[in-house]
Amino acid sequence: MYAQMVKSEATQDDPEQLAAFQARIDAGEKIEPKDWMPEGYRKTLIRQIGQHAHSEIVGQLPEGNWITRAPTLERKAILLAKVQDEAGHGLYLYCAAETLGVSRDEMTEMLLDGRMKYSSIFNYPTLNWADIGAVGWLVDGAAIMNQVPLQRTSFGPYSRAMIRVCKEESFHQRQGYDAIRKMAEGTPEQKKMAQDALNRLWYPSLMMFGPSDKDSVHSAQSMAWKIKMNTNDELRQKFVDQTVPQAEYLGLTVPDPDLKWNEERGHYDYTDPDWSEFFEVIKGNGPCNTDRLAARNKAWDDGAWVRDGLLAHAKKKAGRQHAAE
Amino acid sequence: MNAPLAKEEAFLQFLLRMGDNTLILGHRVSEWCGHAPVLEEDIALANTALDMIGQTQMWLGLAAEVHGPGKSADDLAFLRDAWDFRNVLLVEVPNGDFGRTLMRQFLFDAWHSIQLGRLMKSSDERVAAIAEKASKEVAYHLERSADTVVGLGDGTEESHRRMQEALDYLWPYAGEMFQSDDVDAEMVKAGIAPDPASLREEYDVLVSRILNEATLTIPESRFAHKGGRTGAMHTEHLGHLLTQMQWLQRAYPGAKW
Ligand SMILES: [Fe+2]
Ligand SMILES: [Fe+2]
Ligand SMILES: [Fe+2]
Repeated sequence: MYAQMVKSEATQDDPEQLAAFQARIDAGEKIEPKDWMPEGYRKTLIRQIGQHAHSEIVGQLPEGNWITRAPTLERKAILLAKVQDEAGHGLYLYCAAETLGVSRDEMTEMLLDGRMKYSSIFNYPTLNWADIGAVGWLVDGAAIMNQVPLQRTSFGPYSRAMIRVCKEESFHQRQGYDAIRKMAEGTPEQKKMAQDALNRLWYPSLMMFGPSDKDSVHSAQSMAWKIKMNTNDELRQKFVDQTVPQAEYLGLTVPDPDLKWNEERGHYDYTDPDWSEFFEVIKGNGPCNTDRLAARNKAWDDGAWVRDGLLAHAKKKAGRQHAAE
Repeated sequence: MNAPLAKEEAFLQFLLRMGDNTLILGHRVSEWCGHAPVLEEDIALANTALDMIGQTQMWLGLAAEVHGPGKSADDLAFLRDAWDFRNVLLVEVPNGDFGRTLMRQFLFDAWHSIQLGRLMKSSDERVAAIAEKASKEVAYHLERSADTVVGLGDGTEESHRRMQEALDYLWPYAGEMFQSDDVDAEMVKAGIAPDPASLREEYDVLVSRILNEATLTIPESRFAHKGGRTGAMHTEHLGHLLTQMQWLQRAYPGAKW
């Protein structure tokens, strides 16, 4: 999930209006930008969609880290296409958030000064080429777990953005799995890279679903509003159940000695990630937080003259057209 | 006196020139990933790089075929050393700021679009087919890079200054694209490709029109750095680019990725 720990806003609206709004949601109707909505619904959605958009943007960095070192032309093309898709997801999501009355530039400023977050997963480094396969397989895989149900979310523009995004994410996941499979079946060194990638990315991927339900205080309202469709633990379990057999197929070992199939539950029992590490990453103390934000800030600051230049030109051009009319 | 070039050897050199240009420029552009001034540019730069890597697969794929059995496009991209590369120097110079990257793209796209237009009429069907496919992509690259050069040249004082600096730096690298040698003579004779020098007039008209619209001044000097497309002398930058690009293939020989 790219939106973790999205705090939902308390709402102080007219009870009758609220009840009518809730009835529309319960009836499965879509809420559109021009419809009345509780202030808390609007604010929570801005935070959630914004966090998702920022994740797509910051997510370009760990993958971009390997574009110039991709080992074949084909792999380089696949990775370029994926990163381009992710930037495109960022764009649709910012557009969806803009319908709620916040501009992309405002959201960008909030990302850059740390007021808004992005998924903790992108604060982990990509250290060998197998990480690129593992990111597609695990990170896009975890994102899909969360985003498929969100195609049915109550807010129309968000739901439509998710429908477009999900198609591409499943494609990314298959390509990622294919890339890591090539390595798991390759030379001993390649297999070592694949195992190393899984060792480092397994728990951070589990963290993508957010804290354990018992510590997740914001869920109930968001679930009632259908902007959160499942609990964190439900999705995490689903992810583990799906991913473990895939790892076995690759001949890779999930770095959890206590992982085992529980016949009675019909699910794998697994070890939770180290939540103290998760909260450190969220606070800014992950391995890459500082560098990621610095890279985004530098891109934005270095690009100021370009944005200003293009804007100035557009104004001049409009002025000249106006004068000619 | 050099011995006359065998046609096959000349054809291989020609294909390497085409494929190395797109490979090296595609690589340079891909370095921008995640660092562009605005999200739309991140998308556009990734898209441009992707197109150029796709074109590389076609040109170097054909080069590998011509080269003979047991070679692949990947072998050519990842296992040759700098002196075997045949790209023009223009595409290997570092990105610099966004302005220099887009100016370099424009100076290249303008040549590339004219070149591909001619290659669509090549006597070699394979060359004509690649050119046909690539020319659609490159028409779009040119439209975008030209628009950006105009927008930034005729933007703010700062953007104008930066674009003029970019042009001043890059202009001495433009001339190499029009220098003809034995390889080109052989290609002209076979009807495979045009004489590079014959593209210059059309190029100058196109480039002057856009740079004029961008309120930029083309440097007086016609001096041209050379050595890339013949392989005689690359810049210091190419070796570093290859170090990064070829690292995995070099470190793990024979592995399949
Ligand atoms: Fe995405
Ligand atoms: Fe993603
Ligand atoms: Fe994705």
